[in-house]
Amino acid sequence: MFHRSWVPRKPYKADAWGMETAVKARGLTKRYGDVRAVGGIDLDIHAGEVFAILGPNGAGKSTTVEILEGHRTRDAGEVSVLGVDPGRPTRGWRARIGIVLQTANDMTEATVGETVRHFAGYYPAPRDPDEVIERVGLTENVNRRVRQLSGGQRRRLDVALGVIGDPELLFLDEPTTGFDPEARRRFWELIRDLAGQGTTIVLTTHYLDEAEALASRVAVVAGGRIVAEGEPATLGGRASAKARVSWSEGGERRALETETPTGTVIELTRRFDGEVPDLTVTRPTLEETYLRLVTLPEVTP
Amino acid sequence: MSRSSVARLGLSRAVFETRMFLRERDAVIFTFSLPIVLLAIFGAIFSGSVAGTGVSVAQLYVAGLIGSAAMTGFQNLGIGIAIDRDDGTLKRLAGTPLPRSSYFVGKALHTLFLSLCQVALLLVIGMLAFGLDLPTRVSAWVTFCWVFVLGVLASALLGVAASSLPRSGRSASAVIAMPFVVLQFVSGVFIPVSQLPAWLVNVASVFPLKWMCQGFRSVFIGDAGAALEVAGSYELDRVALVLGAWVIGGLVLCLLTFRWKSRRDG
Repeated sequence: MFHRSWVPRKPYKADAWGMETAVKARGLTKRYGDVRAVGGIDLDIHAGEVFAILGPNGAGKSTTVEILEGHRTRDAGEVSVLGVDPGRPTRGWRARIGIVLQTANDMTEATVGETVRHFAGYYPAPRDPDEVIERVGLTENVNRRVRQLSGGQRRRLDVALGVIGDPELLFLDEPTTGFDPEARRRFWELIRDLAGQGTTIVLTTHYLDEAEALASRVAVVAGGRIVAEGEPATLGGRASAKARVSWSEGGERRALETETPTGTVIELTRRFDGEVPDLTVTRPTLEETYLRLVTLPEVTP
Repeated sequence: MSRSSVARLGLSRAVFETRMFLRERDAVIFTFSLPIVLLAIFGAIFSGSVAGTGVSVAQLYVAGLIGSAAMTGFQNLGIGIAIDRDDGTLKRLAGTPLPRSSYFVGKALHTLFLSLCQVALLLVIGMLAFGLDLPTRVSAWVTFCWVFVLGVLASALLGVAASSLPRSGRSASAVIAMPFVVLQFVSGVFIPVSQLPAWLVNVASVFPLKWMCQGFRSVFIGDAGAALEVAGSYELDRVALVLGAWVIGGLVLCLLTFRWKSRRDG
């Protein structure tokens, strides 16, 4: 069997929308009975980018992603994923996307190697199983049963199964929930690595630092709608928000909110004739911005 | 998608599932020892032959327990698929290009393997410990083959349909085991049909197990036992008719009720 080796893929061909768009959604809507889970979401995810969807539990992010994955039907709206309507998934389309689900505790008695090789058989042009296992750092565990893996190792196996078919687009649903900090860092390296090979990645997460570390763009979902979208550094007017300059003076901590922090620092430098004691200049963290966004007054349906 | 890739991936699923099953050693031991232990117990309690015929009680039980073994698929698939739905297997597979039919081909082959192993074990133990004589007529083996194939198919399809009943993987074995045990009691596996009240036989006649056991009795007991049947004969034409109807009905039921998602997935 021939396997695609782990090399950067060629850029996408422009799809029917005329752009290198991996995911496009307009007016995506989903209700469960009387509950509106998704209330008109628009998305444009470009080929090759890492796109994070942030939001509190029940905000509609998992529903949105499951509609994009073809796991759930939608009530209304136009959706295209790799040029195909995920409401009518085909086998060929399934071969082009990879999905890492939120929780899984299946296949406990198979070994890592058997599992990855078995799943490789589902795809028309899979990656080399041994190479994938090495990429996710499970080479030493290749002969271990899945049930013997730690939580982090189990998750990396899920990623291995998500990428074994050499997908153009990979969905990761809260991939690092329950990880210790070191395992998360290692996991991030893996995701950056995949993104570096040209795989488009759609990631949902609770963790702001995760979105900031990995994503080129983020969308914040609250109450079934996108309340902000952009680069992590500028999200929700974060970059242009007032900066907080603080320093120590006369044994006291002093602080100033200003739109011109550079001017303030120059002024302080003059005043202290050199080094300003304990000087810090900060903007709102992504977390502060996020919390402000998701606690905005409820949008009316 | 070509037919060959459905079959190839179905076979690959069957090998994968069977390998995982064989590694759960406790499940393997209990699955295969249950019919043998039952045979030993019933053989020990009711020894000798049935009055007025040359039929040994052990022969009756071997035939009945082979019926049970052929119906393993009901229990195995009913519980197995409910667990697959609960632990994420079905959702994971639905996200891959694996043809959905290959999943079922895999389950069917896996079940066939389990049933064949159990039947072989029962025959060997029956011959060694209970003086069972294997039939020598070709026609008996032809009957055995079609009863076995139709019975396994009907039970497997019923199991697939029943897998949607349990609310979760944890409750599956309780939900599925109950009807299976009841059916075994009323279908002539543990208690000869001739000793059951007529209304109970009528209830059992709706389901496939009674007919499977009847077919296997015709194979392993032969003409000497026909007088013990409620109808005074093995009614093989009716066996074929009822089992055939269950294969078709089971298929329709599966197509109507099968869910790829667990209840909490909506």
